[in-house]
Amino acid sequence: MSDPVPLLNVQIDGVWYQFPKGTRVIEACAQAGKFVPRYCYHPKLSSPGNCRMCLIEMGMPRMGPDRKPELGPDGKPVINWIPRPQISCAQDVAEGMGVRTDSQLVQDCRHGVMEFLLINHPLDCPICDQAGECELQEFSVQYGTGGSRFREEKVKKPKHVHLGPRVTLDDERCILCSRCIRFMKEVAHDDVLGFASRGSHSYLTAHPGRVLDSNYSLNTVDICPVGALTSTDFRFKMRVWFLKETKSICTSCATGCNTLIGSRQNVLYRQTPRENNDVNSPWMCDYGRLNFHDVNSTDRLTEPQIRHLSNLETASWTAAISRAAEDLKRFQPTEIAVIASGRMTNEELWFAKKLVDSVKTSNYDIVPRTGPADDLLLNSIRNPNTNGAQLLGLCSDQPGAKLQQIADGVSQGHIKAVVALQEDLTAAGFKATDLERLGAFIVMDILPNETTKRATTLLPSASFAEKRGSMINVKGRLQRLNRAIQSPGNAREDWEILRDLIQHLTGANGVYLIEDVFKQMAENVPQFQGLSLSKIGDLGVSLEGVVAAAPVTASA
Amino acid sequence: MPAILRTPHPRERRIVFKNVDREGWTTDIDCYLKDGGYEELKKALKMQPQEIVSEVKASGVRGRGGAGFPTGAKWGFIRPGETKPIYLICNADEAEPGTFKDRYIIHQDPHQLLEGMIISCYAVNARLAYIYIRGEFPVGAKILERAIQEAKEHGFIGKNILGTGFDLEIYVHRGAGAYICGEETGLIESIEGKRPYPRIKPPYFPAALGLYMSPTIVNNVETLCDVKHIVKMGGAEFAKIGRPNNTGTRILCVSGDVQKPGYYELEVGGVTMGELIYDICGGLRPGRKLKAVIPGGSSAKVLRADERYKIKTKQPDGTTTEAEIGIEDIRMDFDSLAAVGSMAGSGGVIVMDDSRDMVWALNNINQFYGHESCGQCTPCREGSLWMQKITTRLLDGAGADGDADILVSVADRIAGRTICAFGEACAWPTQSFVAKFRDEFLAYASKNGNASSKPEDKH
Repeated sequence: MSDPVPLLNVQIDGVWYQFPKGTRVIEACAQAGKFVPRYCYHPKLSSPGNCRMCLIEMGMPRMGPDRKPELGPDGKPVINWIPRPQISCAQDVAEGMGVRTDSQLVQDCRHGVMEFLLINHPLDCPICDQAGECELQEFSVQYGTGGSRFREEKVKKPKHVHLGPRVTLDDERCILCSRCIRFMKEVAHDDVLGFASRGSHSYLTAHPGRVLDSNYSLNTVDICPVGALTSTDFRFKMRVWFLKETKSICTSCATGCNTLIGSRQNVLYRQTPRENNDVNSPWMCDYGRLNFHDVNSTDRLTEPQIRHLSNLETASWTAAISRAAEDLKRFQPTEIAVIASGRMTNEELWFAKKLVDSVKTSNYDIVPRTGPADDLLLNSIRNPNTNGAQLLGLCSDQPGAKLQQIADGVSQGHIKAVVALQEDLTAAGFKATDLERLGAFIVMDILPNETTKRATTLLPSASFAEKRGSMINVKGRLQRLNRAIQSPGNAREDWEILRDLIQHLTGANGVYLIEDVFKQMAENVPQFQGLSLSKIGDLGVSLEGVVAAAPVTASA
Repeated sequence: MPAILRTPHPRERRIVFKNVDREGWTTDIDCYLKDGGYEELKKALKMQPQEIVSEVKASGVRGRGGAGFPTGAKWGFIRPGETKPIYLICNADEAEPGTFKDRYIIHQDPHQLLEGMIISCYAVNARLAYIYIRGEFPVGAKILERAIQEAKEHGFIGKNILGTGFDLEIYVHRGAGAYICGEETGLIESIEGKRPYPRIKPPYFPAALGLYMSPTIVNNVETLCDVKHIVKMGGAEFAKIGRPNNTGTRILCVSGDVQKPGYYELEVGGVTMGELIYDICGGLRPGRKLKAVIPGGSSAKVLRADERYKIKTKQPDGTTTEAEIGIEDIRMDFDSLAAVGSMAGSGGVIVMDDSRDMVWALNNINQFYGHESCGQCTPCREGSLWMQKITTRLLDGAGADGDADILVSVADRIAGRTICAFGEACAWPTQSFVAKFRDEFLAYASKNGNASSKPEDKH
């Protein structure tokens, strides 16, 4: 065991507190309930001290002739205040340090910086995407004034600059805090942004011949305290105060970055990262972030469909489930295959396995999905829940090992009935012509594709943003998805569809709440013992005994 | 280029400028050697480095770049037994308006600077040194590069200097034309190939975390030349020149409304402002009265000619006496100029007579600082240009009531709140000009009778 971090005595606005050595003064103030406004400071980046918004008064104990602190009547050190205000973002607390966050000088410093930041700012809040989550607006409430003393012409700078494929810059709104520059250099390791020109004419730009095309570029939009950097995808789409924010996780790779889903009236508008220092820090990749537009697609499957001869026809859920179950009953266990997905939640996979067990087949697997990894967040395993699929028995420790064998079985005609859950089999080694010959082809998905076209029963299900449930990331962390919007039309949550199908096959009673699905799992899967959906919490829990499906990539 | 040689004024004491304007003097090393050049280096290399540091401390010499920080104390910040490489940088980014001394040393006596640098490097244990010269001095850079080459050929720079085992390389690094590069941490960033954004202090004090995050000493050209003479005469002897705590000589650069503007090397505090202007510089132009003096480069606070200054003087017995003096009686030294609310700064004395418009003069200064603010931190970036816009508007006849107050308020919100001293440099002129010549600012504002700058009129 290493020695515990020593606690240091610090006086903040007259009250003495203790903070662990190494605490930034600005963080200590926040912990003491004295939030210090800031623009350039970001806890995950270096401190340049350039915005000067976090100026405070600071002092150290006055030393007596014996080189020991002089004590006042209260027995606490007498503080020698430094006449000049100091930035609180770049210094750690020290023993006996005094801080004033509410003095007249500090207030004047904040009013001063606020005024300076606004004199050349376009004040175009009505048409600015940042409005509502802008730190200029936020701190103006306390430190702004009703009018401006600035009678001069504002500095003109470049506007609607395409810094890269996904980020648009308005240099006139930029307050030159350099967060974006530091993020790209220090976190994304792509030193692509910088300031050009000088003084009040300084402006942000990409280095000559470079573009901001990093897969992490949109994090600069998140950390931009003002409306200078905006997401080209999201800008002008929706006022942020109308967005409902739902805590969830990204399902585009096995990292499982924690997210906030921004939606309004059943439409998804954006995904932003949610800080989780055990997973993604406050960052996420652009690929995962923007990988949600399918959810809003007008092509979404909204009604159950049953094949009559060559046509798929809309049916009721009862009819569709009944048709699917009856179809499956016609085949021997060896004639049935179930292809599940590493994109399914644990709860869905739990029922998928029950389906496998009820039809007693050994022909089942998931479709592996891989892509290039980076050294930050993006994992080479692009299925978000391979660990869950393994744990719940939908695949071996080599996901997809049985796929070819199953495809061959379909091709050769041994396998006559296939259940495809959230996977387009034509992209997983199955021939479309083989699938057309199946006696029963039960497909559950959200969008039409070459597989859904060939289904005998088509079951429209829910996207990641329309469901609750849990997944296990590549590091064995159990995390929750939450429902941001309702599924379109008559599409239903996948676990409910599977439950109904199993009920129809076995005649057994099913559960009616997703909490109870998890409860069933917790009673049967040792790794989930003692857990419930609510106990997973917003930041997830680390599961013991769940081995990573692949080498773990480093996260920030 | 034919040099116009000037005879030094009889009251000058030419030590650092001994060879400036000297008949028959060239920048060749042979010329320097014939005159006893590099003898102090030979002497220094026989001393222990710590002895040289002690002599510099004893000399009391204060930095000639502008801040007046004791050089010996600065050198003393290098920790004994330092394991990182130690760098020495000569700050030759002479850019403070009104200051033109370093360029003459570089142009006419480069080997004096090199000798002072080599001795200083030996004293602080630096094996690599840079001369950071402003981009506007292209000829000076060439002269220095040639001088370094000559010094190498004579074994004064390079490996095993004069057989002592001391190695040193000196490189000339040219700036690209930014005033902020004279700020020592901005200068360091510039050498590192970055934008010259000054660093926050703490933690980036150059003596601890300087160039390449290693201990670094940054000294002005004139200061480094002084080191040569301290070694020659000894620290105690050097300390006898000038006045206590204000030792040695300084080169004052006098510009503006005097008959004989130019550079004058004088004992620090050896003359008063009146003696400098009227005796040494030949007085004002005919029929003119003294109006104001900026005593230490454009960022120093302006002194009004008809003002009375209360000045406290420490007596040898420890008591202080207070006297009220006029501008002519201010001694031209660090402490006296600080005592009257300005500073000795970089030695640039700008004299203004009664023909000068103070709003115009401040606008001229504001244009400089508005143009040179690096833009890193908010108050200076936004405030310096704002002040310039206000003074320009006043001159354009579009002034408004309250402009004078806004000017002061803007300056007050810059000074003391920025990363580097540029904040003070750009705020002090406005603070002092408006405080001391308020009537002129109000007169400009009232030229435009309709304007008002009450906040509610402008949204």
